[in-house]
Amino acid sequence: MYNQDELRKKAAKASNKAAALGPDIDLTAYDMAPVAHEYLNDEKLHAMPKAEQDRLIMAGLDISENARGGTYFQKDTAVVHCKSHQEGIEIIPIRKALAEHEWIREYYWKLASVDTDKYTAAAELDLHDGYVIRALPGSKSIYPIQACLYMDKDGLQQNVHNLIIAEEGSELHIISGCASSPHLKRGIHVGVSEFFVKKNAKLSFTMIHNWAEDMMVRPRSVAQVEEGGLFLNNYVCMKAVKSLQMYPTTHLVGDNAVARLYSIIVGTPGSEYDIGGRVYLKKPGTRAEIVARTITNGAKIIARGHLIGEVADVKAHLECKGMILNGGIIHAIPELEGHADGVEMSHEAAVGKIAQEEIFYLMSRGMSEDEATSAIVRGFLNVDIPGLPPQLKAEIDRAIEQSDKDVM
Amino acid sequence: MLIIEDLQVELGGKTILRHIDLEIKEGETHILFGPNGSGKTSLLMTIMGYPQYKVTGGKMIFKGEDITCMPIDRRSQLGIGMSYQRPPTIHGIKTRQMVHICAGKQEVNVDELAQKVNFGHFLERDVNAGFSGGEIKRSELLQLMAQNADLMLFDEPESGVDMENISLVGNTIAKLLEKDIQRSENKPMIQQKRERSKMGLIITHTGYILDYVAADKGQVLYDGVLSCSSNPREILNCIGHEGYEECVRCIIRTN
Ligand SMILES: Nc1ncnc2c1ncn2[C@@H]1O[C@H](COP(=O)(O)OP(=O)(O)OP(=O)(O)O)[C@@H](O)[C@H]1O
Ligand SMILES: [Mg+2]
Repeated sequence: MYNQDELRKKAAKASNKAAALGPDIDLTAYDMAPVAHEYLNDEKLHAMPKAEQDRLIMAGLDISENARGGTYFQKDTAVVHCKSHQEGIEIIPIRKALAEHEWIREYYWKLASVDTDKYTAAAELDLHDGYVIRALPGSKSIYPIQACLYMDKDGLQQNVHNLIIAEEGSELHIISGCASSPHLKRGIHVGVSEFFVKKNAKLSFTMIHNWAEDMMVRPRSVAQVEEGGLFLNNYVCMKAVKSLQMYPTTHLVGDNAVARLYSIIVGTPGSEYDIGGRVYLKKPGTRAEIVARTITNGAKIIARGHLIGEVADVKAHLECKGMILNGGIIHAIPELEGHADGVEMSHEAAVGKIAQEEIFYLMSRGMSEDEATSAIVRGFLNVDIPGLPPQLKAEIDRAIEQSDKDVM
Repeated sequence: MLIIEDLQVELGGKTILRHIDLEIKEGETHILFGPNGSGKTSLLMTIMGYPQYKVTGGKMIFKGEDITCMPIDRRSQLGIGMSYQRPPTIHGIKTRQMVHICAGKQEVNVDELAQKVNFGHFLERDVNAGFSGGEIKRSELLQLMAQNADLMLFDEPESGVDMENISLVGNTIAKLLEKDIQRSENKPMIQQKRERSKMGLIITHTGYILDYVAADKGQVLYDGVLSCSSNPREILNCIGHEGYEECVRCIIRTN
């Protein structure tokens, strides 16, 4: 049951607790004081300066709201826009939801533990805001909902908590971008996300990150998928970051529930990524797939994956492929854990370089060596994601295309 | 025109081709025979420009330019194309995209082209990923069709192709090499023949391709040496009856 005092007490106890993974961060070096920003109505939103709009586009936030079912836009600690254009889909800032809606308490900190580490603790003790996106039973999102967490103020610690709820039989697609403004040098983003995919619901969540070179990023996500539900989680990060550590966990708690996690990472020099996905298969007929494609140009990338099959008749596969293009480290750590007869789990991990033979083949078809190299790299990152709406696939393609220009 | 003079090639520190002389004139198609491991694929890869095939002597001239040291992409741009025996798989590049790559700046109707080699169903698959032996041949042909090269090198284009598809493959190659001369109202056949400019070099073990392509010359590569040149049908008969060793000897004798 929800008990705020207890939550705060637990959080206070964990407020100095280092995370299990990733370099420890001294949070006193950041400022979490709220930063005021004016709420933008539709007119003001659309009148945003072009340069800023372009930057947001890269994080999947389309100010024109063209082919978007709704928008949540948070700048630093303040909600600057929040509106749903689609019946059956609610978008509410989480602080408002906590103040006004009793039902929210059935979800808040229900999957993630507030005392996981100092980051989850901070998200409770000094919550700035975050979004609640909920698809009502049976509703179908025609266009994806866009959510953007933008950091503008240098030195800021941004604490957000998001709840994503796909009610029974609903279909919800979300594109969530995180980005920082060009003048922001250092900062830390702490984001707690809890995903609830109910019976026969389908949720796709595509996250595109665009950080700055001195940014620390600590997302903490947990998902729960009920009977017949599908959770599709895509993560794309092609830009520099100082340190990113996350290990989102999914619990498949109903028969035939499915989770598919895809991540695409291009790591630039000086960046450190410790990423992965963990899926618990707790009921017969559940399926999970974790796919990671990583490229380093001098970054350190740890790519984890952990599948836990607790009962018979589950199927799961983990695929982790890395390419070292120009120095750096890729450390793939796939883990499989079977707890019953009749689990079927496998993994495939490879770290390598571009095959010369492939470059020559393309050159013999008329491409220059550079063109061939970048076509192969793009191909490597181009994973087929079944069930992803074409517009979201296009967003991922655009991010890859852009990084191609920046990095290669 | 392609002229190869006294070419010597090393692979992995071993000389695999010696004293190769070859001349393919505009409009001509040559057939290359030879036992397994004799160096046929190596010769094609050397003409295409694969750097692991190290040219240690002689030279290659194409369209009047010395291509001996030219990188692969420049040879391709100059008009050399190849249908591979064992092309690599490239994950994430669809066959459709590959056809566009081959076409370069030219417009291309991929679906229409694919239909000609019965390959429409494969366009959305990663190029060569899990293609069967016969499918690889059709995929390679499709790419060559888009590329519009002037000198085409075919490495065993009919090996592993089933009976139904073999005429498709044969006729496609004939068309690519402008060997499909048809009676036409506005152009006498003799003129069509004269205007022919495409050049071909085809490796075959079976000779099935001869049923579709009127080849001008046959050559036998034996142990890294081009050992004879003659009418391709005659060579095929000789190999069939006497075996490579005898065949090479007999032709050396008659020369
Ligand atoms: N990397 C390598 N290092 C050393 N020798 C090699 C290498 N690759 C191929 N060879 C050898 O070079 C020789 C010529 O090979 P090639 O592929 O040109 O033969 P081929 O005439 O095309 O044979 P096939 O009819 O079987 O296709 C063979 O003996 C082969 O084993
Ligand atoms: Mg060969």
